[in-house]
Amino acid sequence: MNKSKTLAVQMRGITKHFPGILANDNIDLDVYSHEILALLGENGAGKTTLMNILAGLYKPDAGQIFLKGQEVEFHSPKDAITHGIGMVHQHFMLVESLSVTDNIILSLQSSGLNMHTSQVKKRIQELSKQYHLLVDPDAAIWQLSVGEQQRVEIMRLLYRGADILILDEPTAVLTPDEATDLSKILRKMTEEGKAVILITHKLNEVTAFSDRVTVLRAGHVVSNVLTKETTKKELARLMVGRDILFRLEKKKCKAGKAILEVEHIHAINDKGLPALVDVSLQICAGEILGVAGVAGNGQRELAEVITGLRSLTKGKVLVNGQNITNSTPFKVINAGISHVPGDRIGVGLASNLTVSDNLVMKAYRKPPIVQGQLIKKRSILQFVDNLIKVFQIKTPSSETPTRLLSGGNQQRLILAREITASQGMLIAVYPSRGLDVGATESVRSILLEQREHGAAILLISEDLEEITQLSDRIIVMYEGKIMGIVDPDTTNLETISLMMAGQALSTIEKHGEEKTIA
Amino acid sequence: MNEAFVLSILVITIRAGTSLLYATFGAILTERSGIQNLGVEGIMMVGAAASFAAAYHSNSAWLGLLTAVLVGVILGCIHAFLTITLRAEQVVCGLAMTIFGTGLASFMGQRLGPGNSTMVGLQGPAFERIGIPFLRDIPYVGEALFNQDILVYLLYLLIPVIWIFIYKTRQGLELRAVGENPQAIDALGMNVTKTRFTYTVLGAIFMAVAGAHLSLGYLQGWADNITGGRGWIAIALVIFSTWNPLRAVLGALLFGGINALQFRLQAAGTTLPSSFLNMLPYIVTILVLVLITWAERRARRLGTPTALGIPFVREEKK
Ligand SMILES: Nc1ncnc2c1ncn2[C@@H]1O[C@H](COP(=O)(O)OP(=O)(O)O)[C@@H](O)[C@H]1O
Ligand SMILES: [Mg+2]
Repeated sequence: MNKSKTLAVQMRGITKHFPGILANDNIDLDVYSHEILALLGENGAGKTTLMNILAGLYKPDAGQIFLKGQEVEFHSPKDAITHGIGMVHQHFMLVESLSVTDNIILSLQSSGLNMHTSQVKKRIQELSKQYHLLVDPDAAIWQLSVGEQQRVEIMRLLYRGADILILDEPTAVLTPDEATDLSKILRKMTEEGKAVILITHKLNEVTAFSDRVTVLRAGHVVSNVLTKETTKKELARLMVGRDILFRLEKKKCKAGKAILEVEHIHAINDKGLPALVDVSLQICAGEILGVAGVAGNGQRELAEVITGLRSLTKGKVLVNGQNITNSTPFKVINAGISHVPGDRIGVGLASNLTVSDNLVMKAYRKPPIVQGQLIKKRSILQFVDNLIKVFQIKTPSSETPTRLLSGGNQQRLILAREITASQGMLIAVYPSRGLDVGATESVRSILLEQREHGAAILLISEDLEEITQLSDRIIVMYEGKIMGIVDPDTTNLETISLMMAGQALSTIEKHGEEKTIA
Repeated sequence: MNEAFVLSILVITIRAGTSLLYATFGAILTERSGIQNLGVEGIMMVGAAASFAAAYHSNSAWLGLLTAVLVGVILGCIHAFLTITLRAEQVVCGLAMTIFGTGLASFMGQRLGPGNSTMVGLQGPAFERIGIPFLRDIPYVGEALFNQDILVYLLYLLIPVIWIFIYKTRQGLELRAVGENPQAIDALGMNVTKTRFTYTVLGAIFMAVAGAHLSLGYLQGWADNITGGRGWIAIALVIFSTWNPLRAVLGALLFGGINALQFRLQAAGTTLPSSFLNMLPYIVTILVLVLITWAERRARRLGTPTALGIPFVREEKK
């Protein structure tokens, strides 16, 4: 990086209130061209708010923004876009019913009736090749996995040629390889003179991606350092305000009898294509089975089939010896399976309802919550207060709408509900997606604790570190098939990565043998 | 059944279907932008009354039509202001609009005749049927399709135009997107409020013109409750059509056809009770609606705009 850095953005004294919360308190931020700035902070630290202000989406209560030394005032996202600012939001800004191409066309600030569809499609394919961003321009957004959707969002920025790029927690949905690719793309952008702001709460990402870090805590800037002059440990302390355990204690597994048995199941996805092909697995009491794989390779469908949310076309699912093949979710729940869904807000919560409503959602049919046909308010209060305490859910009150909680607390709420309702079988899909280190640590230790208590846990995750850390066995899925089952303690990450890319374990082992022979 | 009978049914099908289709197009445009307008019936009613009164006094059907457009702009702006600017509950606003419109139109009907008298029974200028040379000589369908008034011909043009607009143009894409995910449209720098306002007003213009076609084209006169529930049928047709204007044409033809059939059967002196025949078009509409919705849901293809009826607020945490 020999090119001279110039000041691209200066934010001065930015303050933003939300009802009851000071999200940004007098924040100063500098962003340079030719540089990746990591904006680090826990969930709720105010990172997204600050960047929404820069993207013209929110109006600050006070403060100024300067671009290349000139003061600007944004009245709408349009003003920010005209000044070359582009943002990939954490909750993607895509229209689900439309195709990839249509979504990109929407973002082009052109006027006139003509959509220039074929031109746009051609350009998408070019960019796709240039940056290795694989997207099918004709697919509808709702058919894509979250990872694929993100590629569309990034494509949109590339297409528009913005020179100040903001990415809100972009790697939350990517595999390590995809994340590496992303870092290459971002590097390329900075070499072209762009400024990149990367919102994150992952320390690995800061060290791997960024040139400089600004740490936010509770709406304040607590530190501003060059990445190479700091350490993860230091950053974690700055961000959380206390020391963090990076390694969780995992006792040796003492697997009991099989709780979940999945036998040769097949299922199709929303597009009508095969999503699961001859998948078989078993999970024993006191065991965590991890499912690794790139998003969109059948993991979601696997969880849906087991929990009764999707019907299977062939095969059998047994829990505790009871056949629950193609049962309704209600029957599956009664059979003892609990589900921490990947889509926390869409599936896991009724986000306008209160914390207490969401917590009793699985318990309200049984005494002591219900007596006769009437719900007992007092029992609910007891039940809820207890869970809030045990699972350390941070909420202003049990009557707060869940949408106002941070991601970590929403997840703890779901875990609390599901674990209480569970009878030995838990399906956890992306349980720590989007959570900061502190919350991730707590979610993972909750899972390990359940394992200690003899629960069988199916853990679906895109975070290899999480999978290897927690699982007793790992299966790797690719295009709906199981590529193999491995032991995390004796298998290296490279083998798992190869399997995630579609190589069966058997062929990898053979290859390895050949090598040793040669 | 003889040829003349079938032909007369075809003619009425088109004439009865026309105002229905205008209204349905209006509702499709409005709902595509994410705004629900249940005031169709009321807006049609005022459109019919005002356009007839204006045409009668100015002796020009065209001035009548212009008045209907004006009615659409005014009522559309009211609905848009209430639901978009003030974020009032859309269903309630729409129902209020229907009640208000029905009352206002009835009042106009009593007062806007000559010397503040009633308009009922008056003969005024109308859009007369114009035969198109050659085309009207096509066997069977020629007379029905190509011997109609100018508003029908305009509708023939509008069918492909609206379809192309919605599915093939940039503006149409924006319209579809704003009804699906206004947050995204906003973040991309487009103006959600302006888009929704525009289509709510445009939709109301279509609805008012639908009314004008009743009093100036099809029925050629004013009668109390002239719309006879067509506004509600239009709202049903929107769902039937899955917000697709081409399927709306099918729906309008179906409803118009049944309407024409019962009309003719009554005229031919059938033994079926007339009240049953009057119900027929509505019953069929409900049945077809149930069937279609059921089939579409099974195929997971129901095209309801995701953000329909939900006000847009930029800094709201979802
Ligand atoms: N639109 C909003 N309305 C109300 N509160 C909000 C809104 N956006 C963010 N907040 C609150 O502001 C605080 C900061 O949120 P955010 O900027 O999203 O944090 P981060 O991105 O660092 O996780 C949180 O407490 C959050 O609940
Ligand atoms: Mg955030």
